[in-house]
Amino acid sequence: MEARIKLENVSFTYEEAEEPALKNVSLQIMPGEFVAVLGHNGSGKSTLAKLLNALFIPTEGTVTVCGMDTKIEEKTLPVRQRAGMIFQNPDNQIVSSIVKEDVAFGLENMGIPTEEMLPRIESALSAVHMNEFADKAPHMLSGGQKQRVAIAGVLAMEPDVIIADESTAMLDPSGRKEVLDTVRRLNRQKGITVVWITHFMEEAAQADRVVVVSDGQVVRDGKPQQVFEEIDTMRQLHLNVPHMTELAHQLREAGMPLPHGILTVEEMAEEVMKLLCPSK
Amino acid sequence: MLKDITMGQYYPGDSFVHRLDPRMKIVLTVMMIVAVFMVHSLVGYALVLAFVYWITKLATIPFKLLMKGIKPLRFILILTFLLNLLFSNGDTVWWQWSFITITKEGLTQAIHYSLRLMFLVVGTSLLTLTTSPVSLADGLELLLSPLKKVHFPAHELAMMMTIALRFIPTLLEEADKIMKAQMARGADFESGNLFARAKAMVPLLVPLFVSAFRRAGDLAMAMEARCYHGGENRTRLRVLKITRNDWLAFAVMWGLIALIVVEGIVL
Repeated sequence: MEARIKLENVSFTYEEAEEPALKNVSLQIMPGEFVAVLGHNGSGKSTLAKLLNALFIPTEGTVTVCGMDTKIEEKTLPVRQRAGMIFQNPDNQIVSSIVKEDVAFGLENMGIPTEEMLPRIESALSAVHMNEFADKAPHMLSGGQKQRVAIAGVLAMEPDVIIADESTAMLDPSGRKEVLDTVRRLNRQKGITVVWITHFMEEAAQADRVVVVSDGQVVRDGKPQQVFEEIDTMRQLHLNVPHMTELAHQLREAGMPLPHGILTVEEMAEEVMKLLCPSK
Repeated sequence: MLKDITMGQYYPGDSFVHRLDPRMKIVLTVMMIVAVFMVHSLVGYALVLAFVYWITKLATIPFKLLMKGIKPLRFILILTFLLNLLFSNGDTVWWQWSFITITKEGLTQAIHYSLRLMFLVVGTSLLTLTTSPVSLADGLELLLSPLKKVHFPAHELAMMMTIALRFIPTLLEEADKIMKAQMARGADFESGNLFARAKAMVPLLVPLFVSAFRRAGDLAMAMEARCYHGGENRTRLRVLKITRNDWLAFAVMWGLIALIVVEGIVL
């Protein structure tokens, strides 16, 4: 199977910056994967996201999205259609004052005939459970709902990949869950590849795969259970691990024989129950 | 308090007025403004007011909402009134002191100009309240598109308008938030003379501008990410079509103008 997204020795330096923001990064993301990209502020994770849909063009190396080199100018628009992006600030990515017209924005840019637009908008809005808000004004919606509108706007363009650049960072916990659940469902049901940039460990724990970026380089890449097991390495990178992984680690040091790879409260509860009532 | 401005705010609905073609509504608004400037008597203004009231009923917009749009303009209205009252020339002098003269003609002119200004705002508010910003921009773009031949940026202008309208509530909300934050730290926006108050606005405007620029940068990137590349090969969600209702509304507006002309001759 060919990779959806392929980075080969990619470096990126901002204009007027001395140090490159990304250094010699190579990465492959397969179709249908849910990849979380983790890193602290200034690690280069946001730069990485913007390289994936031709908003930035690598200074060195090549980024290939769905078989298209992002460097080639004629491919810019197709790349952006195949790899849709949701941003951090829910307000600053909505163009129109009416939800359904905002969802239409991408379609209008692609030159989709009007008759085709309406069914696409409808199915995109229903996929994020926002049908009833089609005629509402975005500023009346909550942060989580605005982000779902943004997802619908991307979804209407029928992308293969959704890139979320810290899309939950400005939301409250319920909004975060709402947005993450929506994207996870799209990943499972429609097989859309997801690149989920975040600094929330609990969110990364739900991914199929975690890529840790630090100082412009990929330093860890693996299943969340493996990556988060290295508590000391993560601390050195100024990153935490999910609370339950941390708790399991401390309990193990205190002498409780808990297994490795615990990420969520449910998993923790199950393992503790096994220890307390081994008969069941 | 900053949320009181209704200008540029769409009031969603599905009335006869809402469904009119935006191009026709723009033309009708221009016609109404011209009509207002043809009025020369209070009866004429009463006629226009009755017409506006009728339109709000037809469009199912609360009349109060429309009136609220005038409130932020009260200073300009008062200023217009006073300037015309105090500094215009006329034959029937009522009162004179140094360079200030109050004349009968001055008073009439003052009333006329303030009323015209009010109806100007009300007329355009009617347009923006009943027309979604995107269709308004569409209408404007199509009306101006013949000028594209002489390199007039019709699409860019329409897009700028859509975005400006979209961000009015967002920026107002933000201004409100910054204001409260500054007030919590002892800033005083409400007392002092005009100069002191203008000076007190600086700590409000600077962060507001900074954030507006950041938002503009973010939005530009978000638009690019959704394949925005200018007006070329762009399609529209809404295809505009002039219907019989539009011609009907056009005729009604001519009716109003005719009434005003007749009223001007008779009275």
